[in-house]
Amino acid sequence: MFRRHDKSSQANGDNVTIYFEDAPIICKPTDSVAAAVLLSDPGYTRRTPVTKAPRAPYCMMGTCFECLMDINGVENQQACMVPVRDGMKVRRQNGVPVLPEDSKEPEND
Amino acid sequence: MTDSADLIVIGAGPAGLAAASLASKHNLSIMLLDEQAAPGGQIYRNIEHNVTHESEICAILGAEYAYGAALAETCRASDVTYTPGATVWRIDPDGGVAYSVDGAAHTAKGRRIILATGALERPVPIPGWTLPGVMTAGAAQTLLKSSAMLPSGRVVVAGAGPLAMLVTLQLIDAGADIAALLETTRKRDYFSNAMLLPGAMAGQDYLRRGMAMRRAIRASGVPIYGGVTELEARGDGQVSSVRGRSGGERLTFEIDTLLLHDGVVPNIQATRQVGCEHEWYDPQRYWRPVRDSWGTTSIDTITVAGDGAGISGARAAEYLGQLAALDAACRLDKINMADRDSAARPIRSAMQPHTAIRPLLDGIFSPSFTTPHGDDTIVCRCEEVTAGEIRTAVAQGVMGPNQIKSFTRCGMGPCQGRNCGLTVAELIADVQGVPVSDVGYFRLRPPIKPVTLGELAAMDFSETDS
Amino acid sequence: MFGAAIAYGLSRAGVDTLMLDGHDNNLRAARGNFGLVWVQSKGKGLQRYADWSRESARLWSGFAAELTDITGVSIAHRNDGGMMLLLGDEEVEKRKIEIAEMSKQSGATGYDCEIITHADIQAYFPDIKLGKAVTGASFCPHDGDVNPLKLLRAMHSGFVNSGGRYKSRCTVNNIDHANGVFTANTQQGQFSAPKIILAAGHGISHLAESVGIDAPIRPQRGQVLITERIQQALPIPLNGVRQTDEGGFQFGSSEEDIGFDDGTSLDVVQNIASRAVQSFPQLSTVRLVRNWGCVRVLTPDKCAIYEESISHPGAYVATSHSGVTLAAINARLVSKWIATGEQPTDFNHFSASRFHVQAT
Ligand SMILES: Cc1cc2nc3c(=O)[nH]c(=O)nc-3n(C[C@H](O)[C@H](O)[C@H](O)COP(=O)(O)OP(=O)(O)OC[C@H]3O[C@@H](n4cnc5c(N)ncnc54)[C@H](O)[C@@H]3O)c2cc1C
Ligand code: FES
Repeated sequence: MFRRHDKSSQANGDNVTIYFEDAPIICKPTDSVAAAVLLSDPGYTRRTPVTKAPRAPYCMMGTCFECLMDINGVENQQACMVPVRDGMKVRRQNGVPVLPEDSKEPEND
Repeated sequence: MTDSADLIVIGAGPAGLAAASLASKHNLSIMLLDEQAAPGGQIYRNIEHNVTHESEICAILGAEYAYGAALAETCRASDVTYTPGATVWRIDPDGGVAYSVDGAAHTAKGRRIILATGALERPVPIPGWTLPGVMTAGAAQTLLKSSAMLPSGRVVVAGAGPLAMLVTLQLIDAGADIAALLETTRKRDYFSNAMLLPGAMAGQDYLRRGMAMRRAIRASGVPIYGGVTELEARGDGQVSSVRGRSGGERLTFEIDTLLLHDGVVPNIQATRQVGCEHEWYDPQRYWRPVRDSWGTTSIDTITVAGDGAGISGARAAEYLGQLAALDAACRLDKINMADRDSAARPIRSAMQPHTAIRPLLDGIFSPSFTTPHGDDTIVCRCEEVTAGEIRTAVAQGVMGPNQIKSFTRCGMGPCQGRNCGLTVAELIADVQGVPVSDVGYFRLRPPIKPVTLGELAAMDFSETDS
Repeated sequence: MFGAAIAYGLSRAGVDTLMLDGHDNNLRAARGNFGLVWVQSKGKGLQRYADWSRESARLWSGFAAELTDITGVSIAHRNDGGMMLLLGDEEVEKRKIEIAEMSKQSGATGYDCEIITHADIQAYFPDIKLGKAVTGASFCPHDGDVNPLKLLRAMHSGFVNSGGRYKSRCTVNNIDHANGVFTANTQQGQFSAPKIILAAGHGISHLAESVGIDAPIRPQRGQVLITERIQQALPIPLNGVRQTDEGGFQFGSSEEDIGFDDGTSLDVVQNIASRAVQSFPQLSTVRLVRNWGCVRVLTPDKCAIYEESISHPGAYVATSHSGVTLAAINARLVSKWIATGEQPTDFNHFSASRFHVQAT
């Protein structure tokens, strides 16, 4: 759906790799997760909780919440507001999120 | 821990940067919070990186964009404590602010707060606007600014407002394949607003630039259609075409990306949540906080500056930020009223041409998509509530937006009504035959951005001095 | 909630009923409440009220089915019991004493509520791990919950569908009484009827006074938190945590005596959040989307007032906290009492005169 401008300095220089549905995407440290995913022609990035309709990023500025995705195992994150980090694992979320598995039990005080 | 400061400025766009920079000259301790990774706001997004690393992108975005570099630089050089990546999710009338950085919640206390949270693009509820591949024009521009990215397939830009034209032109310059610009504005909107021209004379520059953009788009071979109605996005799981009607002509374009725009409206999440009074601005059909000539709202400790106070553009935003800063310095006893007023005089006259143009722009680009025509169009994207469901509930006697919210879940999702609040109020007003100003708006509750329970549980309220 | 339930019952019984309601932004406990159909904490000091709550809980299943039947709105009623989670031994001990007291008060009727262990609780919730801070819970088989917003909507449309008339933005300023007819003076004009029911929540006291009933009501704020939607993991409600049918986890509620302020405060939010993650640690990465204050309508003993005026026969007062729990019995028995005069057993226990014992 989107491509990098060919005269952009970002076409070379430092690279970061993230994994979208296990497929690598090579991107820049300044990209948001949503921007990086849009480079890969994702089609959709989530399905809605109500009717399971496909959706994709709409506003890219944190206001529409259409870009909610599973980032490193935690769902419902605004992908347009989260900067990429090397090795990140990103997935579409499918309707209502599941509870994250690992639970750090808080210490009782 | 609760940090304290004389002044907390929220938003590092032109308004917030200018406010923080000027206030720091008056010996106020200042915290500047913004959720983006770098200063600039929407207009000067990613300015620091682009001016140093992306000459090609800067050339596309033009001199107006490059102008922002100095604003960011001045603020960086000042004593302002700037925290990027800080999402503010709660504001209290006593100057309390709660925000999150990297998954940790913090609290701060300011003697005063300046809210400079800018604008949002108005919702464009047309059939098919939820399809993947349909985005706002601003979203495409954001991708260009922050990631040097552009749509790879065929694009149509549709709607109204100066930004629709600007983005079209920038994307053409970037090398995107634009099939057409579909403007809902009619020729007669330009003429019927000509009476506003004398008042706008001071802002001639804006008009000249507008006309130049239009000529440049045409010159590039991209057709512009005016007075477009019955706009509709189509596709199966992904947008594949856009339709509309212009004059007698039916239009259909096969596309990969549809960019919608219908002007921008103040981002009132924060001012609503903290409880400021708002007023309805009819020419552009939006709510804005009630404020005095310095931007101070009905809550004495809280001042608004920039587009969040009412849309007046980036240059005016900067001046409004400065006025807010002077008033803060005065109220916090750093300068007296006479000094405040004399310092404000040149700022007000420099601002004049930028605000004089507004009535004309507001008249020409009056919003086109306030109420969806059909019943099947989705109004609330989060909870998937249609225009028909809202009309039915209103016909059954539902009294206002808050009851609509509890009856239909419209506005209850994570966006908290940012994409449906205006449409719902317009629909209720339409069915009940009353002005929108009587209908009111959603009662906005904190947090204005979602925050995890773990963060809330771990908050520490013990006080520190900054 | 009280008014809507009674009006629904009346119009279902064929009584020509007009419901007058205030503005969209009025304090409205019906829109902010927690959605519990709750028995275990009700009626301390007034056994008739404990029984009344349990009776309503029993009527609830039929009532919910009827609402869905006639309006098509499914209101997500559950009646498989409910728990009050207890964190730490102190809370368990305190609750044991309360249970002993309630058992004594209830005599032959019995107080169906028992303390269960951490392992017992976990067995109820296979899909979410219980925090080790949870040391026990009191379980009551009569407790349950409902989606309160859908309930309000269903009662509203059931009322309209059966011929009831509804007027909003119609705040009643005062009431006149002459020749057996009551006239409500509102900003939208006058409305008259031989009978008038006052169920105006926080707005009730001065209206009640004008028909000769003293209805002492005080506000108490409860703050509530709701999260984004999550897959279902709580098949039964807990008193401070429940999961809505849409998936949001709801947490609450504080008890704050601070007047009519329906705002929120960070310290209370933190307490509630901290209790939530101690109870269910997996929730720590789940996001809060909204936090609100809801002002409870409390009588001095927290039990309901139902009373017909002696000086102005035909004028009734019906008010209490717990409008959701009591919706079923309000729609059934209370509306019948108003329509036909047929009083439920020992109904005089609910008269507001109980607050003036010395005077009588
Ligand atoms: C997408 C978009 C693109 C635009 N592009 C152009 C353009 O190219 N040319 C033009 O002339 N005008 C453009 N405009 C209009 C222009 O943005 C405004 O006129 C100008 O930016 C107003 O300045 P401001 O300082 O009031 O707000 P902004 O520049 O919008 O700054 C607001 C800042 O507040 C921050 N913020 C908001 N909420 C929170 C929160 N809860 N916590 C922390 N921080 C927060 C935001 O991150 C942002 O940095 C655009 C508007 C939008 C919405
Ligand atoms: S794309 Fe709109 S919030 Fe991320």
